[in-house]
Amino acid sequence: MSFPWAKHYAPQNGFTKWIDERLPLPRLVYGAVGAGYPVPRNLNYFWNFGVLAGAALGIQIITGIVLAMHYAANGGVAFDSVEHIMRDVNAGWFLRYAHANGASMFFIVVYIHIFRGLYYGSYKAPREMIWLLGVTIFLLMMATAFMGYVLPWGQMSFWGAQVITGFFSAIPVVGETIRIWLLGGYAPDDAALNRFFSLHYLLPFVIAGVIIMHIWALHIPGSNNPTGVDVKGEQDTVPFHPYYTAKDGFGLGIFLLIFACLIFFAPNYLGHPDNYVPANPLQTPAHIVPEWYFWPFYAILRAFTVDFILPAKLWGVLAMFGSILLLFFLPWLDSSPVRSSNYRPVYRTFFWVLVADVLILGYCGGSPAEPVYVILSQICAAYYFAHFLIILPIIARTERPRPLPNSITEAVLAGKGGTSPMHTAVSGSPVPAE
Amino acid sequence: MIRYISWAVGAAFVFVLALALFSSVSGLITDPVAPTATEEFHKHPKELSLASNGFFGTYDQRQLQRGLQVYKEVCANCHSLKHVAFRDLTQLGYSAGQVKKFAADWAVKAVDIDPKSGDKVERPNTPADKFPTVYYPGLGNPPDLSLITKARHEGTAYTYSLLTGYADQPAELLKKFPDAKTPDGLYYNPYFANLNIAMPPPLTQDGQVTYLDGTKSTVDQNAKDVSAFLTWAAEPNLPARHGAGIAVVLFLLVFSALAYGAYQNIWRDIKH
Repeated sequence: MSFPWAKHYAPQNGFTKWIDERLPLPRLVYGAVGAGYPVPRNLNYFWNFGVLAGAALGIQIITGIVLAMHYAANGGVAFDSVEHIMRDVNAGWFLRYAHANGASMFFIVVYIHIFRGLYYGSYKAPREMIWLLGVTIFLLMMATAFMGYVLPWGQMSFWGAQVITGFFSAIPVVGETIRIWLLGGYAPDDAALNRFFSLHYLLPFVIAGVIIMHIWALHIPGSNNPTGVDVKGEQDTVPFHPYYTAKDGFGLGIFLLIFACLIFFAPNYLGHPDNYVPANPLQTPAHIVPEWYFWPFYAILRAFTVDFILPAKLWGVLAMFGSILLLFFLPWLDSSPVRSSNYRPVYRTFFWVLVADVLILGYCGGSPAEPVYVILSQICAAYYFAHFLIILPIIARTERPRPLPNSITEAVLAGKGGTSPMHTAVSGSPVPAE
Repeated sequence: MIRYISWAVGAAFVFVLALALFSSVSGLITDPVAPTATEEFHKHPKELSLASNGFFGTYDQRQLQRGLQVYKEVCANCHSLKHVAFRDLTQLGYSAGQVKKFAADWAVKAVDIDPKSGDKVERPNTPADKFPTVYYPGLGNPPDLSLITKARHEGTAYTYSLLTGYADQPAELLKKFPDAKTPDGLYYNPYFANLNIAMPPPLTQDGQVTYLDGTKSTVDQNAKDVSAFLTWAAEPNLPARHGAGIAVVLFLLVFSALAYGAYQNIWRDIKH
């Protein structure tokens, strides 16, 4: 794999030679994230977010393993065991706040990573498999985050579990039976809490496995770049190490700075106060809202308010899952051969409309189900589906892309490599980025 | 082929959403949402400035001691504090001996089981015990207060506003919403979620609590102090968190600056 000019690992001394002949692990690392992986020279800061997502997963696994040593998955004591961690475990407050806010950091990084892929066409041939594995990781992350939010067994944990498992009861005929089977009871209780804990511990390692495949698949064609133009020769690339390890080091510093500000100065800002009230099956909270990273999907779910052939609830559930599953088909919905939106004026406009659309959906999903928010959700949800399923395939066939540079190096030397957001690679006068 | 399927699926979702949108909008026109008394008269918590606010915030120990006194003499008659242990009170500036005596003197005794007879017995609290649960015989369900300032939006300001927010129901409210009269046995308080709270006004007159440190005891001061105390009860590690946070942020600023320098240095000869 990789390009013919990729450097090859050469063990320097007897010990590394001995290792290399028996278990060539250093060779693997060298080729994967070392000097043996040639990467386009014009990547901008949006390409930092893959490494940051990996770091976020690592932080979640480490803090999560230690938290699990002190947590008890039983409805009677789960809430108190979390308070025990907060008050009596050494640095327990730090571990828990890091884990809770770490989930938010993981999602924000992954959302930027996904939108990077959407803007620069990273899902297109020959990178479809990377994209499919990425959407799989995203789905696994959502399942893991949902089950993790149930574990503190506060009011939002309990009622969130009630709502999410309620999706299955939308399935005709067998839905309610499936829901009871999944929960191990008629309502979330010890059985559900225990299996959620078990799966919450398992899934991050499944995610890690899929990430390995994601990176493996990435190394076949190599990284995309802001021009979307294929690498033509050695002058277009630099070795991953030290060039991008250094850049990622800086990105990691900024990531940790924002993360630290959340943990130490606003640890409950992204949470919901109701989750500091112990779970009470007899008292429904005034507004049941999921964590912020689910808000756009929650808004889509609630946008379906009328029965039409199918019950409204089933439409909502189908649309909510459909809104993510349609991403699996994106490489074939968008048949335009041009990857980067810098050369696709029409698609680029609609891309930014989509970004605004998803942000508005998120705002609506976090607000109470009042008519004005429901109406806004309905308009934005309709655009979301129209964007991917109707507009995108049409643009791909009708749009006239701008001329592409002959190579990455040519674009870079013309100051249009896409590294700086102020110099988008557009022939003629530079267009300021939106 | 795929694009015909995608158009069909997309059109189906858009069509159903258009139906839903039509139904929502026509519903809004034919049956506009009437404002409720809660929407119009519920108040956002007042501003409350405490020593624990801000990046460098830490607790005012003397204020926490006064707040503990208010909790003990007023709140503790009905409200538990079950996640806080007596030993935690050393963080308020009390010595181990004082805490031991405070625990032993606490009115509600610890419940235990006599290992010889198996009978339920009561014994004085020790510093290792949590504050004992209060069983409230009356109507209503006084919540445990250990986490109350984190379990409400802007919790610290909320408890302060609630304690000082009791009032007569405004005439304007009764004029506009005659059905919204506060029921018997409840009390009007615009800071409470549904305006009518079951808790009778706990702080009714200045001087209700006699402070040992000479601070003038007013209802406002009592409410501030007990809100500060409950903030500590919910988040006892706040001073350690803020202190560590400053150190971590400073470290990361230096780290990021060095990392940026290394990045620029490595890339200096490559146009990108």
